[in-house]
Amino acid sequence: MLRVGSVCEAGKSRLNKTGDWRTLRPQVTDKCNGCGICELFCPDSCIVLENKKAVIDYDYCKGCGICANECPKQAIEMEEERN
Amino acid sequence: MASQERINLLAPGHRACPGCGAAVALRQILRPLGRNTIAVSATGCVETFTSPYDQSSWEVPWMHSLFENSGAVASGVRAALDVQGEKDVNLVVISGDGGTFDIGMGALSGMLERKDNVTYICYDNEAYMNTGVQRSGSTPHAAATTTTPSGKKSYGKIEYKKDVPGIVWAHDAEYVATASIAYPQDLMRKVKKANEIYGPKYIQVHTPCCIGWGFDASKTIQVGKLAVETGLVPIYEMEKGQPVKVKKAAEKKPIEEYLKVQSRFKHLFKEQERDEVIKELQAICNANIEHFGI
Ligand SMILES: Cc1ncc(C[n+]2csc(CCOP(=O)(O)OP(=O)(O)O)c2C)c(N)n1
Ligand code: SF4
Ligand code: SF4
Ligand SMILES: [Mg+2]
Repeated sequence: MLRVGSVCEAGKSRLNKTGDWRTLRPQVTDKCNGCGICELFCPDSCIVLENKKAVIDYDYCKGCGICANECPKQAIEMEEERN
Repeated sequence: MASQERINLLAPGHRACPGCGAAVALRQILRPLGRNTIAVSATGCVETFTSPYDQSSWEVPWMHSLFENSGAVASGVRAALDVQGEKDVNLVVISGDGGTFDIGMGALSGMLERKDNVTYICYDNEAYMNTGVQRSGSTPHAAATTTTPSGKKSYGKIEYKKDVPGIVWAHDAEYVATASIAYPQDLMRKVKKANEIYGPKYIQVHTPCCIGWGFDASKTIQVGKLAVETGLVPIYEMEKGQPVKVKKAAEKKPIEEYLKVQSRFKHLFKEQERDEVIKELQAICNANIEHFGI
């Protein structure tokens, strides 16, 4: 069968760090209870749950703000990106 | 959901616009399918943003078909798997609305007619986005696109959205459903269910596109919910040709609430009075609410 990696390596888009597209930066605050709703809605696969808390991978986060809008606890705040 | 169930098969670093609904759809579609999956995609945004050479975002084997033949390519992949005796491989098509409603309709019809064991998923962003927002058979009535512009004499697309789930059902497919990225548990349940059924299956997933529809990237999910809550985009499964398990909207929103947050409909509110067109869109919603029991 056609196996993953036959033509090119799987998941190699990780070389393309999209974090520098960001103009707004999501910050997860203490209000986060780890429900994981943001993780299901992030288009960029850059939220993981660690110790019942959402953790954002800023190497790839494009700052769309979906996570902040969809968080039922309003636990994610969008700030101006200064880096 | 336990953490091991949060399997992620779309790698970051893909080149979708920030806030892309189609990228959200990919993650939600691949999760219940798991690694033992082969995906086929027609040309379109998903194909483009996941596959610049040697920087694939796919964590499962993936094939790019032409714009017009993803159904036929998937049939071929299934035939090859059968010859090799590979019985338990999940096979999914992930194609856009242009690739499904318009140019790929013939190949999809053939796949359905042959009863090939494929789950065909159309991610529906309601226009040809990858080439710059041209109208498709899925574009809703009155939406402005680059080929259905608004102006003094034009109010956007004249035709109504094509009923592709109905067309697929007419082929006696094994499973037909619609879904939206705004309701991920429902979407993932439908993908899992379809995948477990033998034969041709079709799921149409509503995927708002912030660039083509004209709304802020942060609002993708909210816009998706409004489409359902107004009744414009019905979410259902089909059994014996009848819609079942319809997503109900406790409080139906007036269509204006959906229209006014998107610039593809902004001409309906200014320049010239377009109240009649808004009424027509509300009538489409009312008919859906009645027909589907939303
Ligand atoms: C035969 C053919 N005609 C035209 C094109 C150019 N083309 C590439 S993608 C695309 C539109 C795809 O629209 P859709 O299927 O809705 O996917 P989207 O880009 O919206 O995700 C077009 C017209 C092509 N690749 N092949
Ligand atoms: S801002 Fe967008 S890309 Fe960044 S973590 Fe939130 S949802 Fe993901
Ligand atoms: S144009 Fe729309 S569908 Fe295409 S990548 Fe951008 S947001 Fe996604
Ligand atoms: Mg499209």
